[in-house]
Amino acid sequence: MRVVEKQQLMSATEIDRTVQRLAHEIVEKSGGTANLALIGIRRRGVPLARRVAQAMRGIDGVEVPVGTLDITLYRDDLSTVAPQPVLQSSDIAFPVDDKDLILIDDVLYTGRTIRAAMNGLFDLGRPRSVRLCVLIDRGHRELPIEAVFVGRHVQTSDTEIIEVRLNEVDHEERVMLVERVS
Amino acid sequence: MPQRFRHMLGIEPLSAEQIVFLLDQSKPFQEIQRHPLKKLATLRGKTVGLAFFEPSTRTRISFSTAAARLGADTMNLQAEASSLRKGESLLDTLRTLDAMKPDCIVMRHSAAGAPEFIAGRLNIPVINAGDGAHEHPTQALLDALTIRDRKGDLAGLNVAILGDILHSRVARSNIHLFGKFGCRFALCGPAMWLPREFECLGYPLRRVARVEEALEGADVVIVLRVQQERLHEPALPLEEYILLYQLTPERLARARPDALVLHPGPMNRGVEIDPAVADGPQSCVLEQVTNGLAVRMALLFLLVGSTPADAKDAADAAH
Repeated sequence: MRVVEKQQLMSATEIDRTVQRLAHEIVEKSGGTANLALIGIRRRGVPLARRVAQAMRGIDGVEVPVGTLDITLYRDDLSTVAPQPVLQSSDIAFPVDDKDLILIDDVLYTGRTIRAAMNGLFDLGRPRSVRLCVLIDRGHRELPIEAVFVGRHVQTSDTEIIEVRLNEVDHEERVMLVERVS
Repeated sequence: MPQRFRHMLGIEPLSAEQIVFLLDQSKPFQEIQRHPLKKLATLRGKTVGLAFFEPSTRTRISFSTAAARLGADTMNLQAEASSLRKGESLLDTLRTLDAMKPDCIVMRHSAAGAPEFIAGRLNIPVINAGDGAHEHPTQALLDALTIRDRKGDLAGLNVAILGDILHSRVARSNIHLFGKFGCRFALCGPAMWLPREFECLGYPLRRVARVEEALEGADVVIVLRVQQERLHEPALPLEEYILLYQLTPERLARARPDALVLHPGPMNRGVEIDPAVADGPQSCVLEQVTNGLAVRMALLFLLVGSTPADAKDAADAAH
């Protein structure tokens, strides 16, 4: 698959500002951090969740636990996504029962990843609530899934792809809009 | 780096890199065993055909549970009750099973090469659950996972294997696996059960007559089950086997203090292994069983969870 870069959507500074703002929003709309826990969806949701937790330390001074979730086993499209998908481990060191979970991912698109993530979470226990936080919402939902906390809404077409590049994974920091060309 | 597997017929053709990949892919499945809800829907709608032509309880239950926990269904062929007794050929039996459209076959047979024979004739993945004295790849993988978890690394270990090596597919698969990581082997048992041909495998191994000597400096001790039916072959009375070869605490003390004791099971307590060792802190037998489930889930996931056939187009179409 070949892609052509069309436009930079967010710079490193803008990503950081957005993460800070999202952290504030989550704290504000949760009445504090007492029962909160963040779950980063592999791969790029994980560094984002860690950054949000770090920002929350600054706001409330409290440690919000961060877990990581690999959704490969819960996907509905395994046979089409890769010749042989590679599993990573999930790591949620705290009980999810009665927690207010914030699922964190980089891009919200069809909603299937989030559906899979919820299946994974509910195998672990019964959270009190689950809300979704994403850096980019690009529309085109195929399932009834919504994000309460959104960095940016971006209109996209089917041939376009949003690439979120984060230092921890990609060794660069920006959000790009790219287009698939055949 | 992701690796692709079509079948799992043996350890011998695998590279060290592929083995490391398989062990890494088993880790998430180790975690799942600790969840309150252990059932996934990953292989929902898929069917795993279990074709066991040799008696097996543990391996069959392990594969069956692995399939179930991935959400798959199973077809269960058991030799005693099967049409083989009515004279049907192996190929016909498997073709009959295949006509019911399983998504893979897990096969155990007394003839070496039987799974490979079938793999060449059906169009679905085949997993070898033990073929004669040839290979038992999932056993070696679960042994490796157990050792890697406890020791951190597989490279350069001293491995002692005790017992009926001649008839042991577990020994062969383990020698292939650990051999690829530069391990050294001491094989010990009654002379009739220590084949010289193993030296042709090309790994640093030595056949040792006395068990004390074999255990000297060992990091890993693999104890094989004595099949009492076979004791008449070297004409060795049971009491003599116990006297000469049983793994006792005193003998185990000759190995490294942090040496691990593995046994593929089922154990004959008081025969090849002293109960104190079987239940002692160095024994990994129960971990082996739990890890066996994880390894088999990982294999089923890798072989059945995606379709290599349309892989290239699928990779291009990825979201």
